[in-house]
Amino acid sequence: MAEILVLAEHDGETVKKVTTELLTLARVHGEPSVVWTGDGAEGGRDRLAEFGAAKVYVADSPDYADYVVAPKAELLAHLVTVKAPAAVLIAATSEGREIAGRLAVKTGSGVLTDVIGLAADDAGGLVGEQSIFGGAITVQSRVRTGTPIIAVRPNAVTPVPAAGPAEIEPVQVEIPASAKTARLTGKVVAERGERPELTEASIVVSGGRGLGSGEHFALIEQLADSLGAAVGASRAATDAGWYPHQFQVGQTGKTVSPQLYMAIGISGAIQHRAGMQTSKTIMVVNKDPEAPIFELADFGVVGDLFKVVPQLIEEIGKRAEG
Amino acid sequence: MNIVVLVKQVPDTWSERRLRADDSTLDRDAADAVINELDDYAIEEGLRLQEAHGGEVTIVSMGPQKAADAIRKALSMGADKAVHVTDEALRGSDGLVTSAVLASVLGRTGFDLVILGSESTDARMGTLAAMLAERLGVPQMSFASKVETDGSKITIHRQADYGYDTVEGALPAVVSVVEKINEPRYPSFKGIMAAKKKPVETLSLADLGMDASQAGLAASATQVVSFANRPPRAAGTIVTDEGDGGAKAAEFLASRKFI
Ligand SMILES: Cc1cc2nc3c(=O)[nH]c(=O)nc-3n(C[C@H](O)[C@H](O)[C@H](O)COP(=O)(O)OP(=O)(O)OC[C@H]3O[C@@H](n4cnc5c(N)ncnc54)[C@H](O)[C@@H]3O)c2cc1C
Ligand SMILES: Nc1ncnc2c1ncn2[C@@H]1O[C@H](COP(=O)(O)O)[C@@H](O)[C@H]1O
Repeated sequence: MAEILVLAEHDGETVKKVTTELLTLARVHGEPSVVWTGDGAEGGRDRLAEFGAAKVYVADSPDYADYVVAPKAELLAHLVTVKAPAAVLIAATSEGREIAGRLAVKTGSGVLTDVIGLAADDAGGLVGEQSIFGGAITVQSRVRTGTPIIAVRPNAVTPVPAAGPAEIEPVQVEIPASAKTARLTGKVVAERGERPELTEASIVVSGGRGLGSGEHFALIEQLADSLGAAVGASRAATDAGWYPHQFQVGQTGKTVSPQLYMAIGISGAIQHRAGMQTSKTIMVVNKDPEAPIFELADFGVVGDLFKVVPQLIEEIGKRAEG
Repeated sequence: MNIVVLVKQVPDTWSERRLRADDSTLDRDAADAVINELDDYAIEEGLRLQEAHGGEVTIVSMGPQKAADAIRKALSMGADKAVHVTDEALRGSDGLVTSAVLASVLGRTGFDLVILGSESTDARMGTLAAMLAERLGVPQMSFASKVETDGSKITIHRQADYGYDTVEGALPAVVSVVEKINEPRYPSFKGIMAAKKKPVETLSLADLGMDASQAGLAASATQVVSFANRPPRAAGTIVTDEGDGGAKAAEFLASRKFI
């Protein structure tokens, strides 16, 4: 079976969920080999084996964490040359898309970003499904030059376990000076408690202008925490400074595709829908029955969020106890 | 400082965007065209850096004839001059080809800083800054929510899910911006009048020493095989709160096994 490279996203020893999604997708079309940068591979190995990794290429060097994007593209380009994989799968996070872009230039290959599904065509080539224009159109695309580089949207695939040997194979790649020009000198972590990452979360609770103030976002956080969800916000809310900008969902913010998206006090402007329309289930609370967000709702409550949401939190609490 | 800002004309999100039935490329005639929103922030950042360090701001755009409107708008905000790459053979260029063409233009103009939006609203690839940095062999300063430079060194805040990273490099560099970086100015009446007289150089592929086989649909490494309009979502259940809205919402969540 053809080898498919899967770039692991991890923080130290914990493999991110999106990597298990990529492995699930890769297994359908070939034999997945994980590419692991930095240390911690021994710790992550069990999880990779659980999702069918055949091999784990480990490139353990601080360069991957010390410089922006380029060293990872360098490593993948090396592996594309020596292993001649059928495709390279990368998570379509901000960084992942950039790695994919540099890798495409390095290898002269086509890149598909934000892919939500992968199929094989009659000739055995890979065809990626993408959802564009805020979910209005679904396109099927293929790569016709080089090694297909596929950036897959987190949460688009349901991870399914299947055992694999996950044999560790160290790789050494000399990272040239040309890939070490943008040096990471510090990391500033914003307060976000123990909540899951926005693009990875299976439930996202978002608040909009209807909240009326930054303080009221505590209600959104409370609802999110009762469900183990991530918190998102509309642009009206981030522009007003009620919630940090990196949590904005939409055209100029994050694209999320969770199992459940809850839009609270959000009208559903096209630019907001662009970032959440492919969510599997959508729930809405809005006092205006004409709000366009209701068009997307699987379940909607027309009502005052300050009455509906506290009751909802209480009911969730009761059920958790009972 | 020689600052180049990349500007892309995109279909307005408010109008209905379509793909062409014949070759599945973006139908640029169907929708109203506007400047890509994040590019306003890129222009603003370029102008602010020029105010601090002197030099010139050059707008570079690749696109059809009517992209000239986006260029005029950029000039009316205060940029000095522009380069418009336009050629029938460019239609349908994918990200990889676009980056090759723009890298070639940047080779001609030279630069200390290239500033662009971190993502466009039509393609939404978010890869151009990385591709250009790779092609030009300069530092990638992407997803910047803050830029500081003394004319030789550059430091940015690189926006991340968890907050931001600080990143350092040396000029020349490629910078892509997120909307948090600044508040773009509106063109003044004087700016709009002045823009009419500012020089815009028009380049064809041949002017860049490239030919039609290196651009457009023909050269693109990716291809849209087919597309379909998404079926409308099945209508959901909408209830009006009569003091039990939260309870009903909880019931729904339970029925879908979310709680
Ligand atoms: C180029 C461009 C890019 C953009 N990108 C984005 C983006 O990435 N993300 C994004 O979100 N937006 C984006 N926008 C902005 C978008 O057009 C909308 O302005 C924005 O999404 C509106 O946010 P909102 O729904 O929170 O506010 P509003 O549209 O003001 O809606 C607030 C809603 O809350 C309801 N409400 C008020 N009080 C209550 C209450 N007590 N109980 C219940 N409901 C209540 C109201 O009925 C209303 O429907 C973009 C715009 C442009 C032009
Ligand atoms: N044809 C183009 N001409 C000039 N700049 C472009 C072009 N395409 C993309 N850009 C720039 O690259 C950014 C990101 O675009 P994209 O990679 O298409 O999402 C945009 O915000 C523009 O600044």
